[in-house]
Amino acid sequence: MQDLLYFLQQLINGLTIGSAYALIAIGYTMVYGIIGMINFAHGEIYMIGAYTALITITGLASLGVAWLPLILIVALICAVLVSSSMGWAVERVAYRPVRGRHRLIPLISAIGMSIFLQNYVHLAQGSRNIGFPALIQGGFQFGDPDSFQTSISYMQITIFITTLICMTALSLFISRSRIGRACRAVSQDLGMANLLGIDTNRIISATFIIGASLAAVAGLLLGMYYGSVDPLFGFIAGLKAFTAAVLGGIGSIPGAMLGGLILGVSESMTSGYLSGEYKDVVSFGLLILILLFKPTGLLGKPEVEKI
Amino acid sequence: MAAQNFKHALFCAIVTLVISYPILGLNLVAQGTQVVLEGADTATLISIVLAAVAVFLFQLFRDHIMGSVGKMPNLNPFANREPMEQSKRQRLDTIVLTLLVIGALIWPFLVSRGSVDLATLVLIYVMLALGLNVVVGLAGLLDLGYVAFYAVGAYTFALLYQYFNISFWLALPIGACLAATFGFLLGFPVLRLRGDYLAIVTLGFGEIIRILLNNMTWLTGGPNGIGGIPDPTLFGMEFGRRVKEEGNTLFHEVFNISYSGNHKIIVLYLITLVLALFTALVIRRFTKMPVGRSWEALREDEIAARSLGLNRTSVKLSAFTIGAFFAGFAGTVFASKQGFISPESFVFLESAIILAIVVLGGMGSQIGVILAAVAVIILPELAREFSEYRMLLFGLAMVLMMIWRPQGLMPMRRIHIELKKQE
Repeated sequence: MQDLLYFLQQLINGLTIGSAYALIAIGYTMVYGIIGMINFAHGEIYMIGAYTALITITGLASLGVAWLPLILIVALICAVLVSSSMGWAVERVAYRPVRGRHRLIPLISAIGMSIFLQNYVHLAQGSRNIGFPALIQGGFQFGDPDSFQTSISYMQITIFITTLICMTALSLFISRSRIGRACRAVSQDLGMANLLGIDTNRIISATFIIGASLAAVAGLLLGMYYGSVDPLFGFIAGLKAFTAAVLGGIGSIPGAMLGGLILGVSESMTSGYLSGEYKDVVSFGLLILILLFKPTGLLGKPEVEKI
Repeated sequence: MAAQNFKHALFCAIVTLVISYPILGLNLVAQGTQVVLEGADTATLISIVLAAVAVFLFQLFRDHIMGSVGKMPNLNPFANREPMEQSKRQRLDTIVLTLLVIGALIWPFLVSRGSVDLATLVLIYVMLALGLNVVVGLAGLLDLGYVAFYAVGAYTFALLYQYFNISFWLALPIGACLAATFGFLLGFPVLRLRGDYLAIVTLGFGEIIRILLNNMTWLTGGPNGIGGIPDPTLFGMEFGRRVKEEGNTLFHEVFNISYSGNHKIIVLYLITLVLALFTALVIRRFTKMPVGRSWEALREDEIAARSLGLNRTSVKLSAFTIGAFFAGFAGTVFASKQGFISPESFVFLESAIILAIVVLGGMGSQIGVILAAVAVIILPELAREFSEYRMLLFGLAMVLMMIWRPQGLMPMRRIHIELKKQE
């Protein structure tokens, strides 16, 4: 019974982190699916989302606003607004001029943008990590109060529900709306979509905006969950999310969700049963293993070589 | 059209405000346990507004500006000249290279200690960049975890010295070979992956090595690193004031000159220079051998190269292993130069910097890569006053270079035979 409760606890922690990873991974996978580049600056967009949310929350607190839902919603809106503008601007400035060149060129440009944004926030807000207030406290406890208890905090529930809402909305958007349909067309064949009268530049911008918005949501949630932010906050999370996207099969949206959850669970199981220091080793090791046996990821489509 | 331009310009200006004001204009300041918000000073606010206005004006008159930029006379005086004759060019190349090498040999005796030390670091980066150039530039394999092999070389020397007291010259081949073995073992399974998957797997591998070095405290000292790594000796001569190892002699005693701390720095520089030249020459030979030609063939068209009978795995593996070998080489020199290593020196940013050097120099071009290594390492040192903005400008420079000169400083010249002009 004890063991089961402990296992459950790790599973819950893992699914929480994993669903947030999935939110970030969507940005990578959609961009890759459409223009075939790794958007290295995506982790920084997520970090900027977290910072904006923290700034908004602090600002509202100093104005004397105390009603929790209002604070959260305003913070969410601000974070999404700033991050998506940033995503749009980054695409316009750094990626559009180099689109269609040799594969390495956009990648280097993205790495440069990532270094730039990291230092932009570093210069403006300092390099120390800043505490994020725990706005959502408390939770449920299961099990015998004298021994190990499994707990689910309200924060974790919030992360689950928010992710679920975002994912459902995204799926509906991609499958039902005009822009979503255009997105799918562009990711299948950019040139052909252009010929058929789709404004592909707009669709690519839209992709960046959607990805950045979801990253901002993840930034707010994970900032609150971890309790602090710093300018390097985005790098490792971005790397994990990208791993999740590749794990699930890059270019595939359900794959990103699955990859995020698998990565989160495997990480928390490692910290729970082995040691927290090796969780990154296990997640990257898992990535290498999966790619060896299934080179296109779990849900990726096998690529056909055309001559 | 004008109305549309105006709307777009307004939109861009608003976006500029939105992305700059919250981050730059509102500072989070910790007061005790509380975090409070403070407005930035007036100068920052004014510059944010100015930036927005500049973006607005640029977007509004974009067509005019772009048009007049296009009409400007070409600033590069060499743009329209005739290409040099092959034989003349080769002679010029040889002369320039010889002069450069002679200059590099004399140089440390003329300048300060700090500059020689910096030059040694530049040469280490030259070695790294030449090695990565084989993997990325010639073979077209995107390796984002190159720094892992560098770390393997550095840690091999540090550990061998710590536990077995092995000297620099013995550790140099061992470190390089061990790094090459790591490259081979990693490359064997992952090289069949396609480009971007390979990039992320090598990135993951780099992180794994760094985390292992950080956490295997019993072996590597963890984040505290390993110190006391000796300098290289020259034919059994040491450069310290007193002999550290049994059986060694002292440089200043052998040559009967007074002791000076500069000897060590200069000799280290010269050793690094020789090793860097060795690296450059070996790789140059490789590019002219069948194996080097097949790297490029596979990069240009994998299907065609395979249909001509090239074994994809072994060709890629050879490039990957040779790249790793020279990273291990550079790592050993780095450990010896610093005397202290820790996982901090082997983060992803290093990989990114080395990759940036290769791309800035012009993928595949050796001279270009060497020039880029010099530029990328020296320029930030010159910009010490702007040290806060250094990395910011570095990132920006990477983006701008990719937009304006993606082929690099000196694009690779292919080996070719020219048709004789008909009389």
